[in-house]
Amino acid sequence: MAAVAPKLDIELIELDRANCCGAGVIAEHNQELVDSLNARTFAMAQGVEGALGMMNICSTCQGAQAECKERLDADSAYREHINEHLEPEGLAYEKNAAWWNKNFLWLLVEDIGLDALRERVVRPLTGLRVAPFYGCYIVRPQSRLGFDEKPERDLYLEKVIEAIGATPVDYAGKHKCCGFPLITMNRTTSLRQAGRHIADAIDADADCMVTPCPLCHLNLDLQQPDAAKYVERDLGMPVLHFPQLVGLALGLEPKELGMNKHVVKTGDVQRKIAQLAAA
Amino acid sequence: MPDYTLKIRRYNPESGQTAYWENFTVQLDPARSVLDGILQARNDQDGSIAIRCSCQAAICGSCGVRINGKSRLACNTKIGEAAERATAMGKDAIVVEPMGNMPVIKDLIVDMDAVHWKKVHRVVPWLLPAGEPPEREYIVPAESMIDVTQAMACIHCGACVSACLALEVDPDFVGPAALAKAYRFVGDPRDAHEEERLKDLAEDEHGIYDCTHCFACVEVCPKGVAPMDQIMRLRRRATGDYGIKDSNNGYGHEKAFVGLIERYGTLHESQLLPRSYGQGSLIRSQLDPSSLRQLITALPTVVNGLKSGKVAPKAAIWHHKLPDQKQVRRIYNEVHSHGERIELNMYIVGESGGENEGAMAEGGAEG
Repeated sequence: MAAVAPKLDIELIELDRANCCGAGVIAEHNQELVDSLNARTFAMAQGVEGALGMMNICSTCQGAQAECKERLDADSAYREHINEHLEPEGLAYEKNAAWWNKNFLWLLVEDIGLDALRERVVRPLTGLRVAPFYGCYIVRPQSRLGFDEKPERDLYLEKVIEAIGATPVDYAGKHKCCGFPLITMNRTTSLRQAGRHIADAIDADADCMVTPCPLCHLNLDLQQPDAAKYVERDLGMPVLHFPQLVGLALGLEPKELGMNKHVVKTGDVQRKIAQLAAA
Repeated sequence: MPDYTLKIRRYNPESGQTAYWENFTVQLDPARSVLDGILQARNDQDGSIAIRCSCQAAICGSCGVRINGKSRLACNTKIGEAAERATAMGKDAIVVEPMGNMPVIKDLIVDMDAVHWKKVHRVVPWLLPAGEPPEREYIVPAESMIDVTQAMACIHCGACVSACLALEVDPDFVGPAALAKAYRFVGDPRDAHEEERLKDLAEDEHGIYDCTHCFACVEVCPKGVAPMDQIMRLRRRATGDYGIKDSNNGYGHEKAFVGLIERYGTLHESQLLPRSYGQGSLIRSQLDPSSLRQLITALPTVVNGLKSGKVAPKAAIWHHKLPDQKQVRRIYNEVHSHGERIELNMYIVGESGGENEGAMAEGGAEG
């Protein structure tokens, strides 16, 4: 992401003290705790001078933080109580309708815009067939994730894939669950989910999958060799992080984007892109 | 009035034919429902279209179907909005199918007995009070029922069962509707078998720890029951109130994750797996035979991660702490030490927008 941001004139200011969003697990454990931890992160981001909002690069962060923000914004007494936990650190979360927390995918489509993105594409990924995989937390529940105002947020990946010249692949799994939250608790259910979506993407002739969620990436890429056993077929589908795909179209080299560090090798995708550059 | 095309999935087991799609064009005001459209098609064009329906007001829960791939009640889905959505998805008709995860009886009618009701029965869906019932009604304070009000709103339409992504790959999963029903009794102050109910559902490998936390049920429920939230409440009670150490690692996973964030601020990923298997403890994870078996199963994945460079060995062993980690620990300490369960129940408070004053509930003491 750090390599991609400058290409889009995004100035990143890393919140190096920010804690984990809880990924739904701390919410399951204790609501007051998860709301305090995320209010802390929001307060830090609100304190960055000149920052328009907060950007995340994870579907799960988007959903987990939106859940906390919804509660914090709904009730002033509750918000004040949570802010008491932040006070010793000199922080406070302020309800502010103009302040936002957006995944890079949303920011790219809504704030930078697809036209501006098209203008910056130096390597159109023409002919590359990409299967979008959103991650649950960024598409459900719609009422919490701003779909009333932005009803096409569950179509953005396809729009970006098209804007950078590639072809979006339609298949059954794109809005489904990768299974990651279950990987320690029910490996069979978890990897049957991952395996089935990968298989569906293969059957739809995708060259690769792309996801804005690093946790989906863990189940779809890191666990893919094992997932193959649970669905009893060969897989071997490269899975890209969303910023990697955008970065390729913006002219960055696969290595700069960490594409050599995948469990399922991305060589075929890289070769296809190299041919594009040559063509 | 505008024309709308409904693309309906037809199936009649008696015909010997496989399922097929059939288009019907209907004329309706956009504010009318998809159910109105289906009934018009049945009335004017083909009397054999099968759909269950009754109240037409989102109360009886009979007309669950999938519209443009999403499980919903046909009676509270506006046909104009369904058409807009179909267009946005690049379809030229509103796609109407029977609900998922349940066998189809005919056209849009699924077998609720075979799946939904069977699972509801699984969770002992009646009150099990202690001792003899009182002579008159049970008297319970209104605020002690707030927590279960949401689960009580269920109309058993099956939309959540249809949408459930864990059920899709594990048909034995107890599922969202039944588990929400379980919470309705676990959270009921009159029920005396909270711990037994929780133990039963925590130990079942298809119970509360088979929910994949995908929000599919939350998204589709027409009554705002948010079944997944009720499953999370069951987990919270099982681990927090009763410390139930289940063989599915539910307890261990929560303990491990929450503990690692307390220690490091961000997730020490390489410790999550062993600690989850060892009920939160690294040492136990290496001594307990069941944990060791699971670690060995996960070993090839670890090796793949290291080989590919996705997992850096150094970072896997030494995970950095946040610069101000003591602040995170302080918040943990404050929240865990006051002994109250302080929550904001969004079902009671209502969605954000209108600012509410003082709707914060202080629940019972944590176990």
